[in-house]
Amino acid sequence: MNLSESFRTALFNLLANKLRSFLTMLGVIIGVASVVAMVGLGQGMRAQIVSQLTSLGSNILTVVPGKVRQGPGSFFMARGGGDILQYEYFRELRETPFPGIQAVTTETMARFTVTAGRESVVVSVVGTTPEFLEVRNFTLLYGRSCNGYDFTYSRRVAVLGHTVAQDLFGNPEVSVGQSIRIGRNIFTVIGVLEPKTAGGQDLGNQVFVPLTTHRRYLTGSRYLQNIIVQVDTRENIPLVSTWLSDFFTRKVGDPEKFSILNQQDILETVESVTGSITLFLAVIAGISLLVGGIGIMNIMLVSVAERTREIGLRKAIGAKPRDILLQFLLESSLLSLVGGGIGVVFGVFAGKSMASFSQFPFVVSPQVVALALSVSLAVGLFFGMYPARRASRLDPIAALRYE
Amino acid sequence: MEPLIRVENLVKIYRTGRVEVRALQGVSFSVFPGEFIAIMGPSGSGKTTLMNILGCLDTPTAGRYLLDGVEVSSLRENQLAEIRNRKIGFVFQNFHLLPRFTAFQNVELPLLYAGVPRSLRVRRVRELLERVGLGDRMHHRPNELSGGQMQRVAIARALVNDPALILADEPTGNLDTLSGEEIMAIFQELNEEGRTIILVTHERDIAQHARRVVHFRDGKILKNEDVIDRISAKRLLGELKKERVVQEEEP
Ligand SMILES: Nc1ncnc2c1ncn2[C@@H]1O[C@H](COP(=O)(O)OP(=O)(O)O)[C@@H](O)[C@H]1O
Ligand SMILES: [Mg+2]
Repeated sequence: MNLSESFRTALFNLLANKLRSFLTMLGVIIGVASVVAMVGLGQGMRAQIVSQLTSLGSNILTVVPGKVRQGPGSFFMARGGGDILQYEYFRELRETPFPGIQAVTTETMARFTVTAGRESVVVSVVGTTPEFLEVRNFTLLYGRSCNGYDFTYSRRVAVLGHTVAQDLFGNPEVSVGQSIRIGRNIFTVIGVLEPKTAGGQDLGNQVFVPLTTHRRYLTGSRYLQNIIVQVDTRENIPLVSTWLSDFFTRKVGDPEKFSILNQQDILETVESVTGSITLFLAVIAGISLLVGGIGIMNIMLVSVAERTREIGLRKAIGAKPRDILLQFLLESSLLSLVGGGIGVVFGVFAGKSMASFSQFPFVVSPQVVALALSVSLAVGLFFGMYPARRASRLDPIAALRYE
Repeated sequence: MEPLIRVENLVKIYRTGRVEVRALQGVSFSVFPGEFIAIMGPSGSGKTTLMNILGCLDTPTAGRYLLDGVEVSSLRENQLAEIRNRKIGFVFQNFHLLPRFTAFQNVELPLLYAGVPRSLRVRRVRELLERVGLGDRMHHRPNELSGGQMQRVAIARALVNDPALILADEPTGNLDTLSGEEIMAIFQELNEEGRTIILVTHERDIAQHARRVVHFRDGKILKNEDVIDRISAKRLLGELKKERVVQEEEP
């Protein structure tokens, strides 16, 4: 008997017992659905963190106050912090040439009410340097960015994120040249950035002003929240990192009071954490698929017993053992494959609805779907093998007599 | 002429626990192409055991079985399956139709295992169901058919791969006289067309339809005789139907 005929027979038999087939599939459905949902959520989480990190620009070292460490198996643990990084260190670093350092900037933020006419929004106002565009991978849409003069003379100029410009002026294009109020000071809008998001987070909801202006008019603080160093090539990162460490140890006096975060390290940690979560999920999935497989084996044994006479008759009119084997194997693998398919659909729905309650996106990766389907197929073949062999070895006469 | 079947000293012993049943105790005979043989004997005499061996469903404990000159004991399982599929058509006492399948699908089964393409299958199954008078019952399931109709479906199934040999084990055993006679009419017609038939029965009236009767008892052949006053099922059916009409017309 050829494959397509065996397939039709298998389908016919499964449809003849719809409820039973469905209940048998349930184990596989639940197993696959939970894997797809969980792995999708995990990957969404990972994708968001990775894209957030990489959207910050490439080859970045960030100096932050406090000690940040990679904990065992967990994420980062921070200790200490506060007012450590003085503005003077920053200036000195900018003025000290060191091979490999391409740019030095900062993003020191504070939340303010920003008003234009009748509209007002509460957003992060970021004090930074003219280099922030390249370092953070921003693109200017209208107007200009702040330049060295703005920085040196602490001019009250602002570059608006796209969302802020939209909210304040309705049309971002008309905002260039307009006046806005940040806190109690009037600023002139000189530029608007292109819309940008990172891992689902809107980066257009910020206002950028020169750091000097930020300190003088808005915060009055001597301290910075971070110092961002862009390294020219990836190979130079360790070198620059060591040098920065020495530099700040000299300045701060204690290497435990600050940390140098390497984007690459963070990425690797994220990968390893999500990797172990995925492994854990795979084990759970494996167990539930095992249970599903045992269910399939059980029902296939029942089915072989019920159809003993049919098997005997088929053999008497010319079915070869491998025809019978194929027929039952097709049934069991069809059961688990269809179960896997339904499981994928359920998993995607469940994962999407769970993701909608969180800030993370849900990622359906084709590899996970392909893996889930092939594992369910393998389960069907593996657990169907014993019943199918048993059927194929039945003695036709004994089978025909079977009551 | 070469015999289609030659058995020599066939012995079959069943062992169930300590009890030993000698179902066949040295059976020898030959069947030539075109013969119509009835094996007749009381219940338990080993007729079904013999038929299962002839049908390549079972193997003898001792003795030789040559089918078309081929030593059956030398064949492997897949070759036996092919013989059952193409060379032999089996008709059972209790029909053995698959209950969830229609008449059409039941007849189609041997063609599926023979790998016949679909368009050819449809034509062949139609042809045979029409031939056994069930052209209008093709898509009925066994539970929608009478016993005689079920057995006719089974005969169509046995014939569908155009086998050289028909083996029928008490084909009328579960049928009333009229339906049984209809089945016998089909067998006689098939034999007139040249097909070899071996039929098992314990009823003398049924055996009288064959050309030769082999008397069987306790796993042995008693005697082997040609049928002299052969019954023509067609003529008998005509008479039976006439009688019925007469009975119905009487007040
Ligand atoms: N599978 C079996 N196991 C044990 N004994 C059997 C088996 N099949 C048949 N027999 C015995 O063999 C003898 C012949 O049986 P069978 O060939 O069915 O006779 P018949 O068809 O003539 O009625 C009987 O005594 C029966 O009990
Ligand atoms: Mg019998």
